[in-house]
Amino acid sequence: MGNYGAYVWTCFALALAVLVYSDWSARVRHKRVYRDIEVRIKALEERE
Amino acid sequence: MSDNEAQQPAILAGLIAVIRRDLLLSWKRPGDVLNPLFFFAMVCTLFPLAVGPGATQLMFIGPGVLWVAALLATLLSLNSLFVSDFEDGSLEQLLVSPQPLPVLVLGKTIAHWLCSGVPLVLVSPLLAATYRMPTGVIGVMMLTLTLGTVCLSLLGSIGAALTVGLNRGTALLSLLILPLAMPVLLLGANTVSLAADNEMYSTGIWALGAYAVAALSLSPYATAAALRISNE
Amino acid sequence: MWTFFHRLASPPHIYRLAAIFAPWLLFPGLVLVAYGTYGGVFVAPTDYQQGDAFRIIYVHVPAAYLSMMAYMIMAVGGGIGLIWRIKLAHTVGAAAAPLGAAFTLLALLTGSIWGRPMWGTWWEWGDPRLTSELILLFLYFGYMALRAAIDDTLKADKACAVLALVGVVNVVIVHYSVEWWSSLHQGQTLLRKGGPAMDPAMLYPLLAMILGFTLIFGALLLRRVRTEVLYRERRTRWVREMIMAGQGGK
Repeated sequence: MGNYGAYVWTCFALALAVLVYSDWSARVRHKRVYRDIEVRIKALEERE
Repeated sequence: MSDNEAQQPAILAGLIAVIRRDLLLSWKRPGDVLNPLFFFAMVCTLFPLAVGPGATQLMFIGPGVLWVAALLATLLSLNSLFVSDFEDGSLEQLLVSPQPLPVLVLGKTIAHWLCSGVPLVLVSPLLAATYRMPTGVIGVMMLTLTLGTVCLSLLGSIGAALTVGLNRGTALLSLLILPLAMPVLLLGANTVSLAADNEMYSTGIWALGAYAVAALSLSPYATAAALRISNE
Repeated sequence: MWTFFHRLASPPHIYRLAAIFAPWLLFPGLVLVAYGTYGGVFVAPTDYQQGDAFRIIYVHVPAAYLSMMAYMIMAVGGGIGLIWRIKLAHTVGAAAAPLGAAFTLLALLTGSIWGRPMWGTWWEWGDPRLTSELILLFLYFGYMALRAAIDDTLKADKACAVLALVGVVNVVIVHYSVEWWSSLHQGQTLLRKGGPAMDPAMLYPLLAMILGFTLIFGALLLRRVRTEVLYRERRTRWVREMIMAGQGGK
């Protein structure tokens, strides 16, 4: 790697971080949307 | 065919009517024209105060400063392009009028350019002279600013149409338009710099001209579409 | 033909299909990226000019490529949505924006890190590609800000579609004008153009990385499309029935 190892590995780590973050944020958002709908539907059911 | 020919004078009349109306409105509210102009002059004043009055420095930064200031001043004036019409309901009249909307929108944009772009170009030599810009270069700068403000008015009308009726429209408008306007700034300011360095600068002029022609033919349609979406 | 497409593009169908297809893109993508990383970092020979720093290309180029592809997806999706009034196309465009911004940021960061050993500075305005990427990032910010500012989803879709279409024309102009500008100032570029053909040992891992990143991007996009569909259809009967039955995956 010569003297460049730190630069190269930082870049790969950043790529990994972006991919993991994208995946994680997509999951979190899906869960939140799903739960919001669930809560709303449950509330509607109870009122009926 | 004969139908088309019969319509043509009416379309032109509609275009002229819109331009006249907007010019008259600006005449009644001179602040809308003058404020961006004062803003332009003030931004140009800020830089010598910030970087120092050295002649070589000023000559070096002059083209860039004038162009950035012109861009920001145009942005400032764009906000009011459709807002007052939106508030008093005359925008809806434009939308339902039998005239083709892109033509009317073009009329409004031309009026905007006459009220913001042209005064900027006319005032710019005064400010350029304070930056020690030689006369020949001032001519080039006025030419690039003329073409550039046409581009900015046309481009900005799209952004103004997209953000009309939204709260916090001003900041959003800047966010939408500035990245789109970067090529215009880049071409304009660098052309003036090249002229100041006695180098060949015609490429930038041609490119700006091509940009202006393309924007002139395309942007009214985009603005019209955006206005229809904003007023649904 | 059209009824087939309509059924295919119907929200419940898409919601189910996206969940089925995402892993099929994700795992091959991960395998390709693993191979590309191994081949790029350990196998590929050292570049004669840039030394080992050139290995950053294996993440920089895929990220830069995806940053532009995501913008194209936004513009094409917006165009299809405006012309044929297909809601799904808008949904895909909306889902692509944050991903595109993430990859643009990655391309900028890796380009900047690459520039540090090559130019001795973290940021070099003279590099046309980095400058274009920066403007692209601002275009993404504008798109997302416009979407966030409009409450009505249908209206936001159309307004953002217009913006994306205007922006895609602009991206081309940005590219050429920045190139002209940097040629005036003796710009330097990280990627040599038209140089000698790359050594296959360098090239194949790069191609694997590009394809792998694209597949992973596709998987992430499908997942976001799924969420977006769920959100937009939150008041419909099929969503209600699905959630009452406790299906549909969290």
